Amino acid sequence: MIRRLTLTRALVYGVLLAFAIYYLFPLYLVFATSFKRFADVSLSTMWDWPSPISLESFAQAWNGRPEANIRGIGDGFLNSVRMVVPATVISCILGSLNGYVLSKWRFRGSETLFTLILFGMFIPYQSILIPLVRFLQSIQLYATISGLVLVHVVYGIPITTLIFRNYYAGVPNELVEAARIDGANFFRIYRSVLLPLSIPGFVVVAIWQFTQIWNEYLFAVVISSTRAQPATVALQNMGGGQFTEYNVQMAGALIVAAPTLLVYVLLGRYFLRGLLAGAMKG
Amino acid sequence: MARTTALPRIRAASRRWDWERIIPILMISPSIIAIAIFVYGFIGWTGYVSMTKWNTLLPDYTWVGLENYRRIFQDVRFQADIRNTVVFTVVFIAGCLALGLTLAILLDQRIRGENTLRSIYLFPMALSLIVTGTIWRWIFFPGNYPADPSGINLILAKVGLEGLQWGWITDPTIWPGSRPEWLKVKLLVPLALLPMTLAAIWQMSGFTMAMYLAGLRGIPDELKEAARVDGASEWQIFRLIELPLLRPITLSAVIILGHFSLKVFDLVMAMTGGGPAFATDMPGVNMYYTVFQGNAFAKGSAIAMIMLILVALLIVPYLYSNRQEEM
Repeated sequence: MIRRLTLTRALVYGVLLAFAIYYLFPLYLVFATSFKRFADVSLSTMWDWPSPISLESFAQAWNGRPEANIRGIGDGFLNSVRMVVPATVISCILGSLNGYVLSKWRFRGSETLFTLILFGMFIPYQSILIPLVRFLQSIQLYATISGLVLVHVVYGIPITTLIFRNYYAGVPNELVEAARIDGANFFRIYRSVLLPLSIPGFVVVAIWQFTQIWNEYLFAVVISSTRAQPATVALQNMGGGQFTEYNVQMAGALIVAAPTLLVYVLLGRYFLRGLLAGAMKG
Repeated sequence: MARTTALPRIRAASRRWDWERIIPILMISPSIIAIAIFVYGFIGWTGYVSMTKWNTLLPDYTWVGLENYRRIFQDVRFQADIRNTVVFTVVFIAGCLALGLTLAILLDQRIRGENTLRSIYLFPMALSLIVTGTIWRWIFFPGNYPADPSGINLILAKVGLEGLQWGWITDPTIWPGSRPEWLKVKLLVPLALLPMTLAAIWQMSGFTMAMYLAGLRGIPDELKEAARVDGASEWQIFRLIELPLLRPITLSAVIILGHFSLKVFDLVMAMTGGGPAFATDMPGVNMYYTVFQGNAFAKGSAIAMIMLILVALLIVPYLYSNRQEEM
C-alpha cells in the first residue's frame, strides 16, 4: 500500500515537472539566444547555452542600427512607459469612483447600466476601430501618446469598474451608513471610509491595467505613427523582416517582456487576483 | 448578504437630500457617456459603414444594404477565417480545459513547491501575445530540414526523430483536404494552425489552471470528509462531488477562452501574419488588412460586425444570467 502510494506521488510530481518544462523551455530559448555573441549565432546551435555571455543582442535590439536605418525598440519602450503610466493612474481613479457609486450608491437602473458597461470589456475592438480612428483624427489626437492614453482609459472602464465594484461590495454597508449618520457626504465617505480600505484594490487594478496596456497591440499598431509607437509595435516591426538575426528579436522580446514579468514576479498574488476578478464575479 | 439589507435605508435617507442622489450619478456620468459613445455609438457607426459603399480611401456613404456581407461570405479568405476560427476555438478550449483541470487537480494534492509550480504555469499570462508569438515563431521555424533543421525540428534531429520533422507554421496542408461544392476553401484542419494553437494554450492554460484551482480550494473539506466517512473512493469524490461543483468554473472558462479565440489577432500577426495561404488567418487579422492596407472600410466593417455578433452570442447570455442571479 505504501509503495503504491509513493509511486502515485512520484507520478504526480513527474507530470507536474514535465509540464513545468513545457512552460519554461520557450523562456530557455529566449535566454539562450539573446545572450549569445553575434559570432556564435547560428540556427544549428540555437538551443545551445551561450558561452561566453554577451549583451550585444540587447544593445542592438534597443538601439537598432541607425546607419542601416533600422530602428530599435528603445524609443518604443519609452513611449510605452509614457503611455502606460498616465493611463493606469487615470484608469484607477475612474474605476474606483465608478465602483464606489455602483456598489454603495446604487440608483434605479444602475445594475442595468453596469451590465451595459461590462459588455464593453468583451467586444472585439475591430468593431469600433474605424470610427475611433476618425474620431481621434478629428480631435487631433491620432498618432499621439495622449490618444493612446485616452483609448486605454476608456476601454479600461469596464474591467476597472468591475474589479472595484466587487471589491467595495466586500466593505460592510454598516460602515458607510454610520458615516452617513455622522453627516458625511458622498465625497467624505469615499475619502475617509472607502479610500483607506482600497489599497489592495488599487494594486490589483493598477497591475491589471499596466499589464494589459503594456502588452496591447491592436490599438497600438492602428493608433500610432513611427513617432508614438509603443514597444509591442516596435518589436513586431523588428520581426517583420528588418532584422533577420533572431537573437536580436529574442533580446527585443525579453526587453518588452521585462516590465510585466517583473511585476508578475514581485506582485504575482495581486496579478492573479486581477485575473480571477476578470473571470469570475465577486 | 449585508449589502442588500443595508441599502434600502441609505436609499430612503437620500430621498431627503436630493443632491445626494444626483452627485453619484453625476460622478459616474463621464464614464457612462464615454462608454455610450466609444462602445455603443462606435459599434452603431461601424454597423452603418458595413452597409455602405465605402471601399476606397474616400468615404462613400451610399447605402448598399447587406451587399458587403454577401461579398465577404463568398470570399475565399473569409471562408478560411471561419474554418480556422472554428478549428482554433475547439482545439484551444479543449486543450486549455484539459490541461488546466489536470494541473489544478495534481497541484491540489498537497504538493511541495506548489507556489513555485503555479507561478511557472501562470507566467505566460504576463506576456504580450506579440512576445509569445515572436518566441514561438522561432521555436516552430522549421529551417531547411532535414539537412539544416531549426527550432523544434533541430531538437527532433538531436534525439533521432528526424522522421517527425515537418513544416510546422509554414505547412499549407489542410487535413483531410476535401472541398464541398458550396465552399471555396478546403476542409477541415489547417496543419499550420496546430502549432499556433499550442502557443495559445501555452499562454492561457495556466490561467485556466488558476481558475480550477480556486474552484477546488473553494470546495469545503467537510464535504469530502463526509464522503470519505461514507466509504467513497477518491475517484468517486472527484467524479461525484468535485467535478459537478466545478461546472460553473468550466462555463466561465469557456466564455473567457472562447471570446479570446474569436478575437485572436496579435498572436497571428506575430507568428505567421495569417499565412501560408490563409491557413492561419483569422477574422481579426483579415479585418485589419482589409481596412488598413486595402482601404476597404465597408468590407472590413462587415467582418468586424460578424466578429462582434459571434462574441455577443457567447457573452450576452452569460452577462444576462449573471444579472438575473444578482437580482
